[in-house]
This record gives sequence, structure tokens and C-alpha cells, in this order.
Amino acid sequence: MKIPISIPAETFKVRLIDIAVFLIILGILSFLIYIASEWGTPYDRTLEINLNPSNIPQYALQSVARIFSAYLLSLVFSIWYGYTASRTKIHEKIMIPLLDILQSIPVLSFLPGVVLAMIALFPGKRIGLELACILLIFTGQVWNMTFSFYHSISTIPKEMREVVKVFKFNKFSKFLRLDLPFSAIGLIWNSMMSVAGGWFFLMACEMFVLEDRDFRLPGLGSYIQIAANSGNIEYVIYGLGMMILLIIIIDLFIWRPLIVWCQKFRIETVPPEEERESLIFNIFSGSVFIKKVVDTLNNALNKIEKFSYREFILSGNPVMNKISKALGLILLMVISIIIIWAILKASSIVSSVSLDNILTIIKSAFYSLLRVSVALLIALAWTLPVGVYIGLNPRAAKMLQGIVQIAASVPATAIFPVILLLLIKLGGSLDIGAVFLMLLGTQWYLLFNIIAGASAIPKDLIEISRVYGIKGIRKWKTLILPGIFPYLVTGLITASGGAWNATIVSEYVSFGGKIMHAAGLGALISLSSASGNFGLLLLSTCFMSLIVVGINRLVWKRLFILAKTKYLLE
Amino acid sequence: MAKEVILELKNVKKSFLIGKGRDITVLDNINLNIFSDDFVSILGQSGAGKSTLLRIMAGIIEPTEGEVLYKGIPLKKANARIAVVFQSFALFPWFNVLENVRVGLVGQGLNDEEINEKAIRAIDLVGLDGFEDAYPRELSGGMRQRVGIARALAVEPELLLMDEPFSALDVLTADNLRGDIIDLWREGKMPAKAIVLVTHNIEEAVSMSSRAVVLSHNPGRVKAQIPLELPYPRDKNSRDFKFLLDKIYTILIKPPEEIPMMLAAGRYQFLPHAKVGAIAGLIELVHDQGGRVDIYALSSELSMELDDIFPLIEASVILDFGEIKEGDFILTEKGGKWAQADTLEKKEIFKEAALQNVQLIKQIVQVLSTISKHRVSEEFFIDILKNHFTPEEAWNQLETAIDWGRYAELFAYDYDAGELYLEENETIDM
Repeated sequence: MKIPISIPAETFKVRLIDIAVFLIILGILSFLIYIASEWGTPYDRTLEINLNPSNIPQYALQSVARIFSAYLLSLVFSIWYGYTASRTKIHEKIMIPLLDILQSIPVLSFLPGVVLAMIALFPGKRIGLELACILLIFTGQVWNMTFSFYHSISTIPKEMREVVKVFKFNKFSKFLRLDLPFSAIGLIWNSMMSVAGGWFFLMACEMFVLEDRDFRLPGLGSYIQIAANSGNIEYVIYGLGMMILLIIIIDLFIWRPLIVWCQKFRIETVPPEEERESLIFNIFSGSVFIKKVVDTLNNALNKIEKFSYREFILSGNPVMNKISKALGLILLMVISIIIIWAILKASSIVSSVSLDNILTIIKSAFYSLLRVSVALLIALAWTLPVGVYIGLNPRAAKMLQGIVQIAASVPATAIFPVILLLLIKLGGSLDIGAVFLMLLGTQWYLLFNIIAGASAIPKDLIEISRVYGIKGIRKWKTLILPGIFPYLVTGLITASGGAWNATIVSEYVSFGGKIMHAAGLGALISLSSASGNFGLLLLSTCFMSLIVVGINRLVWKRLFILAKTKYLLE
Repeated sequence: MAKEVILELKNVKKSFLIGKGRDITVLDNINLNIFSDDFVSILGQSGAGKSTLLRIMAGIIEPTEGEVLYKGIPLKKANARIAVVFQSFALFPWFNVLENVRVGLVGQGLNDEEINEKAIRAIDLVGLDGFEDAYPRELSGGMRQRVGIARALAVEPELLLMDEPFSALDVLTADNLRGDIIDLWREGKMPAKAIVLVTHNIEEAVSMSSRAVVLSHNPGRVKAQIPLELPYPRDKNSRDFKFLLDKIYTILIKPPEEIPMMLAAGRYQFLPHAKVGAIAGLIELVHDQGGRVDIYALSSELSMELDDIFPLIEASVILDFGEIKEGDFILTEKGGKWAQADTLEKKEIFKEAALQNVQLIKQIVQVLSTISKHRVSEEFFIDILKNHFTPEEAWNQLETAIDWGRYAELFAYDYDAGELYLEENETIDM
């Protein structure tokens, strides 16, 4: 909605930054062409990953393309799903619990279905496997974004929604002007988390065994895995270095500028305590070229918006209404048929599972539950004192937060090989080692939330406890723990979900040419997926889903409600 | 002169479902005409359904029964010629002033120049010229509401609906904005042909509008329509102005005889949302002023609005601490005693008054005394209250009863468990 009225005649001065922008665009174009040429080739069953470090950039580019394709897919899906779920009560009642269940299903459980379907769709073509890989990364990225979008648009204030009715916005306008801006901030933060999660599962998705067949795609994940398998630590470190470099570049050039930009979508009308800054954003917003592009985009959106108000497009046109209704009905029928078919198929598959297997599942579930609990306890034991210390001391926070953030941005899977190597040297088993692997991925959620909670404790409460000489254990009991409780619960919920998801990669590891696995539900899922035992896979997945959703409902949700009512500091 | 009818409400009723086929009526039997050149204020206490009525007039929500006619044609959905100004401003934080005002114009099939022209005209009208590029977060509350008004006026509505537009503003800012709106209206610069203003501020209604519609509450019905024909600018100190204020106050507060009648008619007693501390403050103040005060004078002295002071007065009446006569609030003998008592005596007197006069408290004490463990979940009472009130109101009712009951030491409340209980040795013989 930019209006070209009072813009002064701008001297069209091309600056250095415009040349940079131009080069970047050129780079992106050639990147896309390269990816297209790679993915268009037939699938090479005997593909060898060349460990020569000069190949790393090429592999890295392909992995980036996969992660971002999966991310774009997640974005579109999140918006569609969240929007549809919020439209009617019935949608909401079905789609939100379904999302809860989907979220609890580990990536590997989707693997056989997705891979077999894609290979069947594109026989002998590499694009089939690429799509499968992208879809797998997608299943690890999409759910938190969907929840975020749904939550944002269902918390739009009532009066804002009434404005839309009174001033007769059509659906497109409402979406563009209200829903999307309103959810932008949450969506961007969750996008960051999701893409980071993409790195986490890259290794599992680029190279895997299914029904005793090896599948691999050239990429950074497979490079690191091959390097680790051949015991070549030097190459592992090169690969990891590349991954960390990419993470930093993406953070600097994409997320930070985006976060600064999306500050305009804040709801509160009071200015924030501290303005967010991004050097890159400042540099790029000085580019005349980018300004032109943004203006053109704005104008195009305005044109599209106006066009959408024409009678025949959206509202009031009976033909369009009928068409959209019919399409919805067909979609519903197709989905129902697929679900019924899947249930029939699933029940026939599951009936082949023996009683022995079921006992194994129950036993494994118990071990995994134990491991997740221990991992959470260990994480809590060190993040609680450290987080509170950092949160309560602004000076320490300034120094340590930077270090902590860098440490946290390194994907846990990237350090797996190093840890595993240590583990093997020390002669430990994966039964205990898996706990540490889980810890790597989940402790940061806790730490960040605790820091945030501790720094949000009101100053006057801290002063009061000083005045009354409240110290030591009493201080923890009366001030700190109640003060950080809501944050602690949020951190625990995320950490627990992450730990369950990490059982898949931490309880079953192939390293140095041999496979190590612990007794656990995650290992069982990985194992049954690799050996093509779909009945076992399905049943253990259902079990895991049941446990995760059950714990969410019984433990976390209750704590969360308590945190939101009793321990809310306003 | 025959006036044109812009909006006509015929036997409008609105009920909300509160589960299990039960519903609660918020508005009942509303018959109301809005004419051209009409500036109507809708007055009522909180819970009288004022805002619901406004939303029905705007076409945002549909009435359960009856119909709304816009110029003789049934109003089905929001109409482009009816604009609304919201209490919370409801601006888009990511749009600047001009973009916010353009919002209602985009869908009208105009070209860009026409849209901008209309938007800028509306912005000038409310005195915001020069702020077109400012974002809402850069503006003060008063200026934000001006944007809200400009947005509504930009579409050149026939009917302008305002939902407590000044209640989120401080006193001076609100006064200033009211003055500006009256000026626009008087000088004929207001694009709207008629205005409906929902408010709980009686002075606001009398100083601005040409007619006051007073709603009763629970359910909201039209209690009275009072023409306000004083010439502008209206002098708040004139006798006529004060006479009208008193008149509306008297109509708004239901006469005390109604309360026992309501009980007799099987209706559950409505507890005004008043804290004991605030009631005590009011009673002591009135006692200091000789036991009788003019309600309007009292409210302006305390600079409290209708919604703040009415619950206190109503609570005093329910507890038999005071009564209302001709717009005055008079302490009863018991009220006078309560004002003078020390802390312990106060509790004793209040306990007696609550047990005698408050249905819900009586019921709670009865239930707690009969149950052997003297402990009952709050949900139990909420379920009872839900038969008579909306779920939200049910919680308000219980909250008030808990506040009163705790003060009187009739029963205690365990927040963590969500339970009401009798403290030991407190079983009361009823």
C-alpha cells in the first residue's frame, strides 16, 4: 500500500551495493540452474561420494537447495493448514489434534512410505529420490511452523476481525493485510528453528538403508557420514566446518535481516526496550535497486488486491462458489479414500507382527522413556544454575550469550561422529552414549528459556528478597523457581519433544562401517525401517506417538496451564 | 418535517448458547429507529448488551429473533454505508495513517487517486494533516482514535456507529475529541447522516447527543428514550443539563423495590462486581458527607464513571446499607453503623448483611455446612450459576461472592485446589 505521492524525484544513483545485489541475483540464478541440471539426471545407484575436500562446496550447495526446498514446502503447507484449521470449528476439532499426532511421529517413520512412493512416481530418475529427501526434511520442519501460524491467526483480537467485516475486506485482502502480517514474527522465528532442524536430520535423509537397499544423494550430510564411516576424522572436520560456515552465513544474510524487517509487524504499540539491529539489513536497505524491486512488488500486490474485488473473482459469484465447493468435496473424498485405504493396509501389515515383537516394543519404549528422562534431568541440572546466573547478571549475559548462541547453532548431529569416536575409544556402549547424544540436541532449548525467564524476573522482587535477607535455598524456592516457572515449562516441553525425536538418530548409529544400536524405541524404528519390516515400523511408530502425545496431554499441558495462571508475572 | 428512517430495529432479540441447549438472553424486544440527523446515545451498565446491540446494527452479528432494516431493506451482512469506530481503535500497526484510512476504500472499485483523495480529506477532517506517514505506535491514544474515526468517515457512511470511542483515553484527551466531534456534527461537516454512540458515561451522552436510549440489564431492554434538546454548545453547569443528568441516573439505577421482586419471580440475584474494600470506601465517604449525596455529584467528585460507581451503589443497596431516592444515594441506619464500626465489628455487620441479603453467599454457606468434609469444588457453584448467567458472568459472580464471603469470614477459598471450604469451628447454623 505504498502511495506514490510525496516521493521526491530520486537521483537514480547506482551504488556499490547495487552491483553486489546484482551479482547476488546472478549467483542465485546460476545456483538454480546448477541444481536443476543435477536433479534432472537419472538416478545413479552406484554413486560414490568423493571425499576430496574440493568437492565440499558442490555438495554443500545441493544440501542447501534441499533444505530450502523443504522449507518453502513447509511454509506453504503451514499457511494452508493453519488457515484451513482456523476457518471453522469442525476443521479445528479434527485438524489440531491431528497435528499433535503428526508432530510426534519421527522423521524416519515417514521414510519408507515417502521413498517408495516417490521412486514409484519417478522410476529410475534422480528427481524421485531428491523429492523423497526433501519430503523427509519437510516432515521434520513443518509442524512447529504450522502451530505457530495457527496460533497467531487464532489470537487476532476480536475488534481487528470486526474491522475486516465492517470495511468489507474480501478473503484475499484479509489474508494479505491481517492474517499474514499478524503471524509474520512467529512464523519467522519458527522458520529459523525449522531450518536449523533441517541440518539436524540432513544426514539421516541424504543417506539411508531401506529394505536392505542403499540410497544416497550427493550432499553435505552424506559426505560427513561417509567420511565418518571411513574413519577419516580430518574430512569429517572439513565437512562440519562447511556446515557451521553455512549456518552462520544463513543466519547473517537471511534470518537477522528478516527479523529486523519483521519488527514492523509487532502488535504492541509501545517501543521495545532494545532495537534489533542488522548490519546487512542496513546495507541492503540502502540499495536503490532493492527499493525499486520492493516498490514494484508493493504496487503489484495492490493491483492484485484491487483486482480481487471484481465481482467474478472471489465473493458473490455463484459459479465460482460452486466450483470451489465441488473442488473441496472432491479433495475431501480423495483424502477419505486414501485414509481408508491406509487403515486397511496398515491393519493387514500390523497383523503380521508377532506377540514377541509387541513385548519388544514395550520394553524398548520403557528404555527410551528412561533415556529421555535422564537426558532431561542432566540438562536441567546444568542449565538451571548456569541459565539463572546468566539471566540475573546482565554483564555475564552480554559476554556469555554470544558464546552460547554459537555453541547452540552447531547442529547436534554434526558433533555426533566426534562424540561417537570418543565413546568407542572409551569402550562405552550406545545404551548410555545415546543419552549424551540426545542431550546435545535438547539442552539448548532449556538453557535459552531459563535465561529468558531469569532476566524477566522483576527488579523489585529481587530487591525485596535482598531487603528481607532471603538467600540460598529459600531464595530459589520463593523467588527464582516460581519466577522462571512458565519459561521452564516451555523449555521442558520443547526439550522433551526434541529428545523423543532425537531417539531415532541417537539410538541407532552407523559409524566407521559398522552399525551400533541401543535397546530403545528409536533404534527399533530405525532398524525396522532399514530392514523393511513395515509392520514393526508402524506399530512402534504408533507407540511412540502415543507416548509423546500422552505425556504432552497428561504432564506438559497441565503444567503449562498452571504456569499461565498461577505463575504469571505481569 | 418527515425524517428519513436510516435504521430500523424490530423486536430484536439476541441470545447466546451456553451449552447443552441452554441459552442466555442478552438483548430482548428491542424496537428502535435511527433517523437522519439523529445522534443517539445508547446508555446502560456493563452487561446490558450495548456493544452487542451496536454490532447488530453494524451487521457484524445477526439477531436471534427480529429484524434490522437498513432504509427498509433487511440488513444481512456488514453494509458499506455503515461504519464503526472501535473502543480499542483496532488500527493495523503495520500500516501508516494514510494506509489505515484507505483500508475501507480499497474494495470500492475506485482508482488510486480517488482513494487517496477521499482518505486525505478524512484525515484533514479529524485534524491529522501532516501525520499521513506516521505509524500508530508513534501516535498518542487520542490521535490513534482520530485515525479510527477518519477511517470510518473516509467511506462516507450514512450511519456512523461508535463503540465507547473515548473510554480508552484519558479525561482531557477524551474531552478534546468529544468537542471536535460535536463541532463537526453541528457544522454539518460530518459525512454521516446519523450517529449512534455507545457509552456508559451519562455526561458524555447528555453533552453530545440528541437522544439517549437507556437499556436495562440482564437482559437488555429499552428502558426509556429521553430526548436531549439542549442547544449546543451545552453548558455542563446549567440547571437543564443537571436536570437531565439526574433524570437519566434515576432511570438507570433500578429502584430498590425491584430486587426482592426479582427474587420472587425466580430470577437469580445478580451480584454487582464490587470489592468489599471499595464498598466500604463509598459508604464511609457518604457517611462523612452527612449520609446523603447526589449520585452525579459524587461520581464527578470521585471522577469515576458509571461502570465504576454503579456496582458499588448497587452492592450497597443489595446489602441494605443504602437506598436510592430521586438521584440521591442515602445511607440506611445499618449503613451508618457499618461506616462507624471498627474492623472486627465491620466484619460482623457485613457477615449478617451478606447472609440475609445475598442469595449466592447463603447458598454457598448452606452447601458447605451440609457436606461432611465442608469442602466443595468451585465448579459445583459455577454449574449452578451457569443456569442463570453466561459462563464468563458465572465466574464473575462467584469471584464476587468469594471476595465478600472471605471478608465476612463465612468461608475460605483455596486457589490452588479451586475449592471453597469452611474453616474449622465455622459451621454456621442457618
